[in-house]
Amino acid sequence: MKEANETKPEKKYSEEEKKKEMILFLSSSEEKEGLLSKANRKLLSDPLNDNNPITVQVLGICSALAITVQLKPAIVMSLAVMFVMALSNVIISILRNSIPSRIRIIVQLVIVASMVILVDQILKAYLYDVSKQLSIFIGLIITNCIIMGRLEAFALGNGVYKSFLDGIGNAAGYGLILIVVAFFRELFGSGKLFGIPVIPESFYEAGYVNNGFFLLSPMALIVVGIVIWVQRSRNRQLIEEN
Amino acid sequence: MELINLFTKSIFIENMVFAYFLGMCSYLAVSKTVKTAVGLGAAVIFVLFITVPVNYLIDNYLLQPGALAWLGEEFVTVDLSFLSFIMFIAVIASMVQLVEMVVEKFAPALYSSLGIFLPLIAVNCAILGGSLFMQQKDFIGIHEAGVYGLGSGIGFFLAIVAIAAIREKIAYSNVPAPLKGLGITFIITGLMAIGFMSFMGIDL
Repeated sequence: MKEANETKPEKKYSEEEKKKEMILFLSSSEEKEGLLSKANRKLLSDPLNDNNPITVQVLGICSALAITVQLKPAIVMSLAVMFVMALSNVIISILRNSIPSRIRIIVQLVIVASMVILVDQILKAYLYDVSKQLSIFIGLIITNCIIMGRLEAFALGNGVYKSFLDGIGNAAGYGLILIVVAFFRELFGSGKLFGIPVIPESFYEAGYVNNGFFLLSPMALIVVGIVIWVQRSRNRQLIEEN
Repeated sequence: MELINLFTKSIFIENMVFAYFLGMCSYLAVSKTVKTAVGLGAAVIFVLFITVPVNYLIDNYLLQPGALAWLGEEFVTVDLSFLSFIMFIAVIASMVQLVEMVVEKFAPALYSSLGIFLPLIAVNCAILGGSLFMQQKDFIGIHEAGVYGLGSGIGFFLAIVAIAAIREKIAYSNVPAPLKGLGITFIITGLMAIGFMSFMGIDL
């Protein structure tokens, strides 16, 4: 925490200057550029590929892997993360000038935790079976590093609308990987998509067998490894030195 | 005997990293060298060992339906369990802060070697995951919660030290360029998880 504080010197503005700056921020992101200007579109599209939270920034992997056995929970999870992330990004961005930098981690955790409680209660009320399947992983959205990472790196220094787009974009990038992994695991593991059998009966009669290995946790890691392999061989700038 | 069973189970069979993928973020980010991995692993053991029993007490005496019965008759029907996320994360964040201060005061050498990892533990999924699993498991006493916390911490320690050692060696081998770094680490972790699956079904 100390290192982080040093790199982020506290701003010493008077109250009025703060307000002016805030108005400037709020208005500049909405007036000077169109709602979907080039820069704003980049905020949405960048995390899908070049700056994907999972495969490039290496954030939020914990929950990404455990819930990808089937497509449905994976999609519900991505929507839940999108909701939490967009809202907490907006709230932090509104409060960014009044949070003392020493206690900002706790403030962020509390805001994210309240959002997650909201999502948890909604899921329990309307999608009980999925909520049971996700079990503790809904709660673990709180410590999902993508959310903390984006709050620290983006929402603390950018306007409300931009932070909202950044939240949506990063959650979409996270969801994309989740859905790709879940698609392959459900297809090869149980021969179904969304619980509907897609592999024709004739295949099974000819001797095709579902690969039960894909349902086990180690395969999630290996599938993500392969996704990274494919992505980096198409996009050579992402290759690491060592 | 029950406790030893729980202890080995939480280290090997229900390993935080290989069975539940918890704490993956720091597991991947801090496993480049064995030395830093040992530091982070030790800090995680420490914090899990403290926070799981504390959260057990909070869960049993404040949050669960009927847990407030010790306050008096009229509190028997109160159910605060929807608050558990926010309570657990608050306990973890403040515990980490407390542990940080205590270690800084009494063991400055350890403090400087742990460095930035100690505060980062507050957002480690393995810690919150330990408390949430504890809530699901219905332990009968604080000693079980403590043993479970210690065991999961040691499981995380083993995992991160093992992968760091492998990564140090794999730097010398000829990995396909797009797989270098992150990709190969994922695949190795997958293979290690297959290895850990062989512990499944062991009952002491």
